[in-house]
Amino acid sequence: MQPSILEKIKKVVGSKHYYDSPEDRISYSFDGTPMLQQLPEAVVFPQNNEQISELLHLANKEKFAIIPRGAGTGLSGGSIPVENSIVVVMTKWNKLLEIDSANLTALVEPGIVTGVLQKEVEKLGLFYPPDPGSMNVCTIGGNVAENAGGLRGLKYGVTKNYVLGVEMILPTGEFLKIGGKSVKDVAGYNLKDIVIGSEGTLGIFTKILLKLIPLPTKSKTITANFKKIIDSGKSVADIISSQITPSMVEFLDNTTMNCVEDYTKIGLDRNSEAMLLIEVDGRGSSVDEDAETIVSILKKNNAVQIRIAENAAEALLLKTARRSAFSALARRKPTTILEDATVPRSELPVMIEKVREAASNFNVAIGNFGHAGDGNLHPTCLTDERDSAEITRAHKAFAFIFNEAIKLGGTITGEHGTGLAKKDFLESAVGKEGIEFMKKIKMVVDPNNVLNPGKILTLAPRCEGALPVKREQIPDYNAHH
Amino acid sequence: MISPKDKAVLLKFLPNDDILTQCMHCGMCLATCPTYELTKLERSSPRGRIKLIKYVAEGKLELSNLFAEEMNFCLDCQACETACPAGVQYGKMVESARVVIEHSNVGSSKINKVIKKFLLNSVVAKHSRLKLLARFLYFYQNFGIRTIAIKLLSIFPFAKKMIEIESLTPKISKVFSSEGLKEITFPENPSKYKIAFSTGCIMDIAFAEINFDTVDVLQKNQCEIITPKNQVCCGSLHAHNGEIEKAKELAKKNLDIFSEFEYDFLISNSAGCGAFMKEYIHLFVDDPQYSEKARGFSIRVKDISEFLANIEPNKQMSPLEEKVTYHDACHLCHSQKVMEEPRKVLQQIPGLNFIPLEESTWCCGSAGIYNVTRHDDAEKILERKMKNLQETGADVVVTGNPGCIGQLKHGIEKYGLKMEVLHTISLVKKSMDRNI
Repeated sequence: MQPSILEKIKKVVGSKHYYDSPEDRISYSFDGTPMLQQLPEAVVFPQNNEQISELLHLANKEKFAIIPRGAGTGLSGGSIPVENSIVVVMTKWNKLLEIDSANLTALVEPGIVTGVLQKEVEKLGLFYPPDPGSMNVCTIGGNVAENAGGLRGLKYGVTKNYVLGVEMILPTGEFLKIGGKSVKDVAGYNLKDIVIGSEGTLGIFTKILLKLIPLPTKSKTITANFKKIIDSGKSVADIISSQITPSMVEFLDNTTMNCVEDYTKIGLDRNSEAMLLIEVDGRGSSVDEDAETIVSILKKNNAVQIRIAENAAEALLLKTARRSAFSALARRKPTTILEDATVPRSELPVMIEKVREAASNFNVAIGNFGHAGDGNLHPTCLTDERDSAEITRAHKAFAFIFNEAIKLGGTITGEHGTGLAKKDFLESAVGKEGIEFMKKIKMVVDPNNVLNPGKILTLAPRCEGALPVKREQIPDYNAHH
Repeated sequence: MISPKDKAVLLKFLPNDDILTQCMHCGMCLATCPTYELTKLERSSPRGRIKLIKYVAEGKLELSNLFAEEMNFCLDCQACETACPAGVQYGKMVESARVVIEHSNVGSSKINKVIKKFLLNSVVAKHSRLKLLARFLYFYQNFGIRTIAIKLLSIFPFAKKMIEIESLTPKISKVFSSEGLKEITFPENPSKYKIAFSTGCIMDIAFAEINFDTVDVLQKNQCEIITPKNQVCCGSLHAHNGEIEKAKELAKKNLDIFSEFEYDFLISNSAGCGAFMKEYIHLFVDDPQYSEKARGFSIRVKDISEFLANIEPNKQMSPLEEKVTYHDACHLCHSQKVMEEPRKVLQQIPGLNFIPLEESTWCCGSAGIYNVTRHDDAEKILERKMKNLQETGADVVVTGNPGCIGQLKHGIEKYGLKMEVLHTISLVKKSMDRNI
């Protein structure tokens, strides 16, 4: 990028909020996604709506790209820079502006950390259910952009079910307000559902209005282990068909369980093939009845070691352990490529088998875990980014898994988004017409393709950062060792 | 590009590629990092720093002042290691980056590096010189000189910061523990455990009472205590500040000295020292001469709270009615993973009104010599700790590390709180004394 353009960008946000050192560019060249990286030209922290709008005007005029970013914990590469781009970081917009207990809403800035918001509303007996694994770090803005899910999706739905309105700056610099506190609102197109999950390609959020619900007063957390993986799948199917809706039904296979146990040391059974973590919540005695029914279903399906958490602290420990699963798998191998193929719930046992098949067919280690209750699995390839042959095999294994998921009536991503990581597979999930429709929307809203280009839809540019090298490949390394 | 000399240092000291690659940059560390919380910049975060170190190791980023700044900005509190499900060894990486910085032309000025090196390697590392300096300090602190000096200095506006840092100097003990303690202390009752006691350097000269308390409580718990006279600094300050060679030299001396005695456990009451002495085993893993010795040594090292929580304690304690809260020293909770034990020890004190501290594992800003070398940053970190402490309404805050004790005392004075700061063992001792 020309220095004169960078100067103009600096002038918009002020030199105190502008960073372009190599150190800053490197540390904003990646997010939570494995192996993808690209240096941005600069990193900026805008202070107000006007600055964001000006940045977008400038981008349209000078033809550079803008990459919006929250905490950078995304898993599909949504916030990774592309060539000739600047990163716009929203983490300092982290105020909780209003909790309206009469209408059960919360108005927040997009940079507020999901877990922080949850703690605040829970103090008032209210509840914001979406709980992605990274909830203690990730931001609401990022959650809305990715339409993030979480453990409680089964009963409570995902982020989109809690967004009442957004305020945003469009790619061409205009301010747009969508929705409001009314529960019902059918004025015109449902624009909200287009911008939720738009992965930062249709606008930068500046305020978000969220729906809250009353906090359940009672919950029971149950874990069960299975000697045979198939029994865990059958248990999930039986629980769903018994017309109980637990708040979570989480699945961990043996590999995942062992890595989690290495980290948390909370006494998970290292020898069984699979484990389920189930929580029922609500108000009153129905919670106990549901828990009893679930325990009897688990027993019927040959569960061993059924454990009911004795108190809230123990329940939290178990759930926190589950949330660490993805990162804990990196104990086995440094590069963990995680996907979130999702199938209709009834097909879950088949899908678990297909993942095992992929691992053996393509000779890769796969740790499998996920939100069994809603059919959203996270098969994770345990690889080493420095081993290109293994990475190729991992990609083949995922192509196979995606294909199988779609054949079963599922999709390529349940909650992580398409971003850079899955755009090659998007057509197989949504069809040619689906992609064309999305492209048309993008081209009208962002005619110069300046906002987060190259994501979801294969519009140039591509992200191609330098690939990692082994130390042995560094000249002179061997001379010193 | 990088100079050949720098490159040689890099390749010699930076951890191997497997350790650098283990971070999968998921970001779970961000919420626990005090420096990231201050700047909200990725380069001040654990995963950001790891990425920078990796770039330097691969020769894609030159050593720069900004790089040095970020490595030194880190408190090395290792809260990120506790938060990291992948088990990334962050501390190892940042400490090795500091070694590289100390050997290079980047970072603080040459003269600062020389002064720091002198203080660490020629004063702290030589206990006799440290004691000599402490004698001067004692004289300075106790015969009116300090009062005059501060009054004189406070005339000059530029000296404000100097006075503030000066106030962090711990109050020197009248009798050093290395002189007040016998080489062998026998228990009151038949001996059940043979203990070697590490007196520490700062503990010895500035917190001697804590050392006396420690030996006293051990004595009442059927311990025979050996306090080797010629023991030296454990080397942790050196290792955390880029002087790894000196750290190893000191460690070897201690290994030789302690190997002359037979003991079941080696007790430390200073979290930083205990953490580093537990590390000796890894430090010498490839050293044919010292690996066995280091193994035998490190596996015996226990924090005083760790030891007391796992024995049948002397129950002759009388009730204490104070409201007590507990601050986790980073090197106890994050490095040694000792969290339950001190709480268990406190709960053995009858009548104690224990109030949990919000964010108890968040660094207080002491971080070894960080509150001196990076005073302004340390003050910002301290602010958060003080806010949480104030909310407890406790009369006493208990912790397990001399650095934290000093920093908390400073904070309590600065923010005008009414709170006493005690080491865990001193509270236990207090309860035992009331019994008499």
